[in-house]
Amino acid sequence: MTDTLTGPAGQHAEQTPEYPMARADRCPFDPPPALSGLQDQGPLTKVRIWDGSTPWMVTRYADQRALLVDPRVSADTRHENFPHQSESLKARREMGRTFINMDDPEHARLRRMVTGPFAIKRVETMRPAIQRIVDDLIDGMLAGPKPADLVQAFALPVPSMVICELLGVPYEDHDFFQTRSRVLISRKSATDVVLTAQREVIDYLDELVGRKLAEPADDLLSKLAAEQVATGELTRRELANMGFLLLVAGHETTANMIALGTLALLENPDQLAILRESRDPKLIAGAVEELLRYLHIVHSARRRVALEDIEVGGQTIRAGEAIMLPGEIANRDAEVFTDPDRLDVTRDARRHVAFGFGPHQCLGQPLARVELQVVYSTLYRRIPTLKLATDVDRVPFKHDGLVYGVYELPVSW
Amino acid sequence: MRVTVDQDKCVGSGQCVLAAERVFDQRDEDGIVVLLDAEPSADQHDDVRQAALVCPALAIELAE
Repeated sequence: MTDTLTGPAGQHAEQTPEYPMARADRCPFDPPPALSGLQDQGPLTKVRIWDGSTPWMVTRYADQRALLVDPRVSADTRHENFPHQSESLKARREMGRTFINMDDPEHARLRRMVTGPFAIKRVETMRPAIQRIVDDLIDGMLAGPKPADLVQAFALPVPSMVICELLGVPYEDHDFFQTRSRVLISRKSATDVVLTAQREVIDYLDELVGRKLAEPADDLLSKLAAEQVATGELTRRELANMGFLLLVAGHETTANMIALGTLALLENPDQLAILRESRDPKLIAGAVEELLRYLHIVHSARRRVALEDIEVGGQTIRAGEAIMLPGEIANRDAEVFTDPDRLDVTRDARRHVAFGFGPHQCLGQPLARVELQVVYSTLYRRIPTLKLATDVDRVPFKHDGLVYGVYELPVSW
Repeated sequence: MRVTVDQDKCVGSGQCVLAAERVFDQRDEDGIVVLLDAEPSADQHDDVRQAALVCPALAIELAE
C-alpha cells in the first residue's frame, strides 16, 4: 500500500498529523502538545483520523464558537463525510438517533421536550437531595477500608444516583447500565460489543417506558411517556433513545469531572486549600467553572460537516467537508484566558466551552454544575486530609476514552 | 441599555439566568428565555453583558 494524495490541493499524507495525539508524560491535565501546537500554526489545519479521512481542525476559541452556532454547519452523523470518532460509532449512527445528531428544526422540536426539567430553577430544587446523596456516600467511604477507590466509592455513584432519580430509572440496575456505558465511551471497544451494549440499554429503557405508561411515577420518563408517547409525538422507541442519551451522558461526564478534578486539586494543593477553606458559594461556583475550563473532559473533538462554503481565518471550508472542534484547546486559548495552562480557581472562567456552544450545547449542564458545586464544596471540607494513595504516575488515565478521566483513583485520609 | 431576546433561537441552556437572574428567567414548560427587564438598571449591566457573551444560541441582543 502506498501513500496517495488524500487531502485537497495535493496535501501529502506524511504532512498531515494523525488525530488523536498522545498526551505528554507527567502532564496528564494538559491537551496533547501536538494538538495544542496546531493552535500556534494557524486557525485551520487538516488532521488524519482513523478511517484515513482528513477533516479540518479548527484550533481557536473564537472560530470554534462561531462555527458551533453557525446554521451552515450540520451535526447530522448520517452525512457521508461526517468525521466519526471510531468505526463502532460510525456503525451505530442509525441506532438510537436523538436530537444530538439532528439539525434544526427537528433538533429544536425534540430538545424542547426535555429542556424544562433542566431549567436553572428546577435543577436548583434538587440541590438538597444531591447534598444528601453526597453526604451519604462520604459517610460510606469514611466507614469503609482505606485506601478507597474514589471512582467506585464516590465519583460514579453521585451522578448515577442523581440521573436515576431524575429519570426514574431504578438505581438497583446501575451495574447493568454502568458496565455498558463504559463500553460505549471507549474508543477501543469492538463494534459488535458496542452495538450489543447500546441495544441492551435501549431495550431496557423501552421496557421501562412501557411500565411508566402503565404506572406513572413522579419522574421525567413518566412525564415524557404521558406527554409525548401517549399523545403520539414520540414513539416508545424514540423516548427510549432519548432516555439512553440522558442516562449515558449523565454518568461518565460528571463522574470524570469529580475524579479527575479531585486529582487535579490534589496535585495543586494551594488551589485545593482555597476550596476547602471557603464557605462562599460564589467562589465554589467559580472554581467549578475553572475546573470545567481546565479539564474539558470531552477529549474527542466536537464533529460537524459544512453544508455550505464557510470562511475561517482567510481559508475556505468547502460545502460537504468535515470539521473537528477540540474544545480542550479552545479552553486553553491564550487570546481568551490569561496564563491558560494554570489552574486558578479564583479566575473568571465562565466563557469556557466545556459544555460546547451553539444549539447542541450540553442539555444537562445546570445539573452537572449543581452536582459539582455540591461535591467540590463538601468532599474536601469533610475529608480535609484526603490524599492520593499511589504515585500520580501510576494512576490509570483514560487515554483511550472519548471522555477523559481516570479509571481508578486510590485515595486515603 | 436595552435588551432583546429571540425565543426562537433560544436553546434553553439557562446561562442567562445564571449570569443575571434579575433580568432573565425561563419558561416552566420548556426552559425557553423570558425577559424580565428590558431596560435593566446600571448595576445589572455587567451581568447582562456576561449573559449575552455566554448565551450559546446568541439569542440576546444589547443596545447600549
